[in-house]
Amino acid sequence: MSWIHDIFRRRAIYNDLAEEMRLHLAERTEQLMREGMSRKEAEQAARRAFGNRTVIEERSREVWQWPTLESIWADVRYGMRMLKKSPGFTAVAVATLALGIGANAVVFSLVDSLVLKPMNVPGGKNVYTIENQRGGFPGQSYPDYVDLRDRSHSFDGMAACEISTAGLDSDGNPAPIWLYTASGNYFDVLKVQPYLGRFFHATDEHGPNSAPYIVLSYAYWASHFQSDHGVVGRVVRLNKHAYTILGVAPQGFSGTELFYAPDLWAPIVNQQEIEGSSNLDARGNRGRWVVGRLKGGVTPAQATADLNSVAAWLAKTYPKEDEGIGFILARPGLAGDMLGGPVHAFVAGLMLLSGLILLAACANLGSLFSARAEDRSREVALRLALGSTRGRILRQLLTEAVLVSLAGGAAGLAASVVLLRGLSAWQPVPDMPIRLAVSPDAHTYIAALLLALVSGLLFGMVPVRQVLKSDPYQGIKAGAAGAVGWRRITLRDILLAGQIAVCAVLVTSSLVSIRGMLRSLQSNFGFVPQNTLQVNTDLNMAGYKDDQTAAIQRRMLDAVSNMPGVTAAAYADRVPLNLGWSSNAVFQESATDYKMANASLEAMEYFVSPGYFQTAETVLLQGRAFTWSDGKDAPHVAVVNQEFARKIFGSETKAVGSFFKIWNGTRIEVVGVAEDGKYATLSESPKPAMFLPILQSPASRTYLLVRSNRSPQDLAPELQRTLHELDPGMPLKINTWERELGTALFVARAASIALGVLGVLGAMLAITGIFGMAAYSVSKRLRELGIRIALGAQRKQVLGTALGRVFRLLALGSAVGLVLGLAATKVLSFIVYQATPRDPLVLIGVVFTMLVLGLLAAWIPARRALLADPLILLREE
Amino acid sequence: MTNSNVRDLFPGALEMMILESLRRQPAHGYALVQHIQQRSNNLLQVEEGSLYPALQRLLKARLVKAEWGVSSTNRRVRTYEITAAGMRHLEEEISSFERMFEGIALVLNPGESTAN
Repeated sequence: MSWIHDIFRRRAIYNDLAEEMRLHLAERTEQLMREGMSRKEAEQAARRAFGNRTVIEERSREVWQWPTLESIWADVRYGMRMLKKSPGFTAVAVATLALGIGANAVVFSLVDSLVLKPMNVPGGKNVYTIENQRGGFPGQSYPDYVDLRDRSHSFDGMAACEISTAGLDSDGNPAPIWLYTASGNYFDVLKVQPYLGRFFHATDEHGPNSAPYIVLSYAYWASHFQSDHGVVGRVVRLNKHAYTILGVAPQGFSGTELFYAPDLWAPIVNQQEIEGSSNLDARGNRGRWVVGRLKGGVTPAQATADLNSVAAWLAKTYPKEDEGIGFILARPGLAGDMLGGPVHAFVAGLMLLSGLILLAACANLGSLFSARAEDRSREVALRLALGSTRGRILRQLLTEAVLVSLAGGAAGLAASVVLLRGLSAWQPVPDMPIRLAVSPDAHTYIAALLLALVSGLLFGMVPVRQVLKSDPYQGIKAGAAGAVGWRRITLRDILLAGQIAVCAVLVTSSLVSIRGMLRSLQSNFGFVPQNTLQVNTDLNMAGYKDDQTAAIQRRMLDAVSNMPGVTAAAYADRVPLNLGWSSNAVFQESATDYKMANASLEAMEYFVSPGYFQTAETVLLQGRAFTWSDGKDAPHVAVVNQEFARKIFGSETKAVGSFFKIWNGTRIEVVGVAEDGKYATLSESPKPAMFLPILQSPASRTYLLVRSNRSPQDLAPELQRTLHELDPGMPLKINTWERELGTALFVARAASIALGVLGVLGAMLAITGIFGMAAYSVSKRLRELGIRIALGAQRKQVLGTALGRVFRLLALGSAVGLVLGLAATKVLSFIVYQATPRDPLVLIGVVFTMLVLGLLAAWIPARRALLADPLILLREE
Repeated sequence: MTNSNVRDLFPGALEMMILESLRRQPAHGYALVQHIQQRSNNLLQVEEGSLYPALQRLLKARLVKAEWGVSSTNRRVRTYEITAAGMRHLEEEISSFERMFEGIALVLNPGESTAN
């Protein structure tokens, strides 16, 4: 590689050359002096004979250089000097691009990790989630899974898993953990290799509770076992049963779902020990997520057909549970299409908005570059006059554009990496290891770089026409006063108006979503979450058997009710708007065949203790609440909500005293009607719901609700002490109800945050755009303004002259943006509760915001215009 | 800049003459200029400096090599020497130059034979 060698030797070569030439001249001079010249004459003659020493030296050096590359390098250095000379322009341009690139890098990274990347396992492209044709729900029952696995022919393997919780005791201090219960072949189907020890396999399964093994996730092993390589083979207690740690999963493997990172994996056959009850033989209980790995050469369509031939067999063989069943394949990672649909829609919306941001940024850059080119028209003219080619000048301008875009891209990327790290570490839901698996990688960097270069080049080209047209003679003659065409509508005007319109769209949609968010927080949930604590307990984790739970729950409730400051307390198996819900089929009293197809409706189902309605402050409109006498042997009773009453009985008044039936034929009497509420999500339409006495079907995992007039920080530790006095080994989690609501609000909140951030970005872009334009227009006309002031113009008139055009563009752009933004927010209402564009406050807010942005951005240029001193300005020329 | 009475050399001519001079005897830049001017009976007016870019090209192509030393007149000089590759290159250049010269002569003097 001699050329590499040459590069490093270059300095020595140049020195040799210079020295050689100096000696040459000296020798010639001496020669001429010997021939009789004076020293001075001889030196001059020698130099004449030699020729232009600088040119010769340069030509000699060029031999060793790469001319194109090095002249580009010269362009780069010159470009840097020029950018340094106008720090204002450079800062605004770089910041503008950084905003655009940063927003797009974040969104691209989201798209990449949520949509584009296949699952993070070997051959992940061939792994699919098997979900139900009806409703796009990914859950399957265990018996159906076994039949699918054994009777289909299109898959190399099919694994089932389910999210679950258990109490893990490795050091005498039991704590609730989150896990996957997984079929024995789980790791083999996914083709994952253990980091330490081994995984469990299908051969470890020998019937219920036969495989007391767990596999730790890398993160949990690192945080709770201090990365101890000796954990393999250690025995820990899972819900007080002895389990052996088989191994540790590799770093970065967290199962098949993108949003969930479990602490450990355990065999599904041990479900009874882990969850307290087993539904492995219940064909109607569809809670498992099934993933399958396609055989090589089998297309998804063939596999679907194969699955549905099994479905036909299932429907024929088990009509009660599986009538009308059908399967489709879905991309794994987002609970099939259940989360996949909304996530894809959300991401697509984000892409659109961030694309708008980039567009606005580019428009901004375009007008900046074009203003700058106009400012430099004299320089360009001079260079043209001195013999430079237009191509050379364009190359110089493009070099500067590329420099700006690289700097902007790098800054934007750095910001996005910080933001993405934050997002990855974010725990949006209390108590559950939900995370957003977004990490910037090479894809993100490349995409950001390309975006930066493309937008930089594209909008660095805006002034090309200006340069090509420019006439050196005119340019130098006209000087700085080039007011030609000022009254015309220029490309810059269009760019600025367009950019402001885009920004107004962003501001509008973020205001709409934030307003909707605020409203949804104040809306009626059908309960009052304020001043209430939730205590999440799992008596099964604490080792209590079914018949003991009711007694200990009653003792817990009594102990808590007697605490000072507690005004009401109750417990329930589930709480509205918490993570997860349960619904059940409801039949008319006359029904005799309890097939799903005959159900009248599907109602949300809550098992609650006496005192629940009082504690939750759910208004009871008719009849009575539950009492302690609604026990196991008493008649089955229920409290239903208004929607339920209307749908089943025709009206709220007819409900009390009437009967309905549930899936197993149990006949239930309605004793009360409660107000409607929100159960699964805030944006849901009214849903029927029924409340049943928990005494009649005890549950070991409950939420104890405690309403008090004391502060939660004050009450929580005391609550924990009181409950631990009853049983020191009981795993507890205490949270305020409002914090638990975060789960229900998560989607809307995430959307609002995203839109809010984009709105702020849009606002910042609007500021830089208006600032750039206003500053340019003022500096261009400073002399004229000075003369006007000298002739006695009022401040208002001066401002009107200097900034009138900018503000007219601002008004036009804002109006267009507002209309577009309001049209766009119709889409938002699907995600954000009560996001309505017909809201005077939003309209006023947008107008006000744009006005404030305009004033803010024009502040400095306006001051400069007002302070224009005619004397100084006139002296300058 | 160019004197209309003095014809520009064609590309590669200067290099060829440098190589030919160096084949006879290694020399430094100044001596090379002297040598070429003397040998051409001062018909060729080489701008002394233009020698140096040519020398750099030859150095880069490794047709010559250079070394600092002391001349017979006790001056510090950088002496150039032709390399084996330079020899080969010179042979090729001379034969191709001769063919070209022959062709030009034929065109300019169509009646005469190419007496040498």
